[in-house]
Amino acid sequence: MGYYETITRYRDFDFNKALNAVLADHVRMAVNGEGLDADQFLSLLSPAAECYLEEMAEKAHEITLRNFGRTIQLYTPMYLSNHCENECVYCGFSAKNDIERRMLTLGEVGSEAESIASTGLKHILVLTGESRKMSPPGYIKDCIKVLKRYFSSIAIEIYPLTEDEYREAVAEGVDGLTIYQEVYDEDIYYAMHPGGPKRDYNFRLDAPERGSRAGMRSVNLGVLLGLDDWRREVFLMGLHAKYLQDRHPEAEIGISLPRLRPHSGSFNAPYSVKDRDIVRMILALRLFLPRLGITISTREDPAFRENLIGLGVTRMSAGSTTVVGGRTAARRGDAHPSQFEILDWRSVEEIKKVLESKGYQGVLKDWMRLEK
Amino acid sequence: MEDILSIGGKRIKNRLFIGTGKFSSYSVMKRVLEESAADVVTVALRRVDNASERENILEYIPKKCLIMPNTSGARTAEEAVRIARLARASGAGDWIKIEVIQDNKYLLPDNLETLKATEMLVKEGFIVLPYMSPDLSIARRLADAGASAVMPLGSPIGSNRGIKTRELVKIMVDELKVPVIVDAGLGSPSSACECMELGCAAVLVNTAIAVAEDPANMAKAFGEAVKAGRLACLSGIPPKNKYASASSPLTGFLRQDD
Repeated sequence: MGYYETITRYRDFDFNKALNAVLADHVRMAVNGEGLDADQFLSLLSPAAECYLEEMAEKAHEITLRNFGRTIQLYTPMYLSNHCENECVYCGFSAKNDIERRMLTLGEVGSEAESIASTGLKHILVLTGESRKMSPPGYIKDCIKVLKRYFSSIAIEIYPLTEDEYREAVAEGVDGLTIYQEVYDEDIYYAMHPGGPKRDYNFRLDAPERGSRAGMRSVNLGVLLGLDDWRREVFLMGLHAKYLQDRHPEAEIGISLPRLRPHSGSFNAPYSVKDRDIVRMILALRLFLPRLGITISTREDPAFRENLIGLGVTRMSAGSTTVVGGRTAARRGDAHPSQFEILDWRSVEEIKKVLESKGYQGVLKDWMRLEK
Repeated sequence: MEDILSIGGKRIKNRLFIGTGKFSSYSVMKRVLEESAADVVTVALRRVDNASERENILEYIPKKCLIMPNTSGARTAEEAVRIARLARASGAGDWIKIEVIQDNKYLLPDNLETLKATEMLVKEGFIVLPYMSPDLSIARRLADAGASAVMPLGSPIGSNRGIKTRELVKIMVDELKVPVIVDAGLGSPSSACECMELGCAAVLVNTAIAVAEDPANMAKAFGEAVKAGRLACLSGIPPKNKYASASSPLTGFLRQDD
């Protein structure tokens, strides 16, 4: 039954009631405790915990330092294709949007890779929209073959695959899987994904576990902040991460906290998520899962990203673009549709300098493929 | 007489081995290695980028240091063996610290896979130092398989909890002929000193130095603690008594025949 069993268990759970029932003592015990349980994790997301933000920050900082040191892993996304059959209401690549659809040729993949590799980055995350017809697993494998020449670690953020397909991807040299559930609340999920294969909530929910079983070294979850009350979503994502950690200790489990931004279509996030809220979720997740990888992307603005260093973040993207062929096309000065707007346009070199000034090293390489 | 540790035919004066992860920059790491006069440093091969001039960690390690690549990231014996071969092919020498970890929550080593990797790599001519959970029988098998030393953990990596495995490590020190080097968990110089007092041949420290506010001075402090503990061990530490015994007893004036 997988993680869905947990989702079912919390379906009728009154989150607001539980959150409002948390007392200062509960929060204090959670902040000072070790090996927190689900209730304690929830208490850190409660209104009562707001007064303990600084204490949580100190603890989170200390745990992160011990586990990850003064380092931040750097990577960059590379969009292979924006063909998509899904109708996600918040996404610039939605099938409903009349935008120029584009898919990189293998030659273009090479030029993009070359451009990225020249920045020194060795970790790459490749993305596609969801179209098995236009960008089938075979195409992605061909792209991986090209990318292997330039990068020592390749992660994929594409439509959910079967376990066998994940296994094939691993055999081809992929070591990381990123797949966001976007929103764990089922009703909201169906409302946000009115059409396309993504409507299969369970197939997506189980994808991280299929990837773990297939031998992915790192598995990254995410919720799109703004689609639901962030407390409920972060709680269910935290439990999902713990579920995977418990069952697949050989995989490194991570999470991302993407916050909704304006895009090519017109969608306003129904729930607001403040900077203060993002800080709190990072701290709560760190206290709950000390070894969890936490990614903060270029959706956030430079100043905020800088302030998050040291609080629990372990990975950052740099030199990003959400346009297919963004690095080579941008040079030609063409306008192309983006999946979402990014706020931090700084180059890898600039991000590294900022990290250095904060006493952190931006790590460009932290893995290599082990081909026989 | 000079007190020298000999492993794999190398003479090692400084018994503080240093790990190179978690530093805020390679230049900070370099200063730590220089100022602590480290002889042996371990480097995760996963972090080595030989293609890069500015970002190649190996370029920041003083020439006098012996580089012991480690197989961080290996989940099985087979992966550890492949990483060791890659390390050798990249010119990092024959020393290898085996690290096989299937558990990302606690980062505890898998002794069984570690033993398998040790057997294979010794046959290939590597100087093998396996990182392990302290266990006498596995340690004996590792030594029989040709490990040049064994590296039991003091407490989980990065935990800074000190030598929580003291009793088990002490038994290993007493029973094994190969050097016992405590690796992981030593959060303060006093815990490093304690390991050396127990009779460990060396200690390996990374986190406590790398994340200190002043890493270079923390490394020096660890170095002094290691020297003190070693000297104490060689000098014969008197046993602990349950009751106090005064240095100048009040009845000291009584002679045997009074």
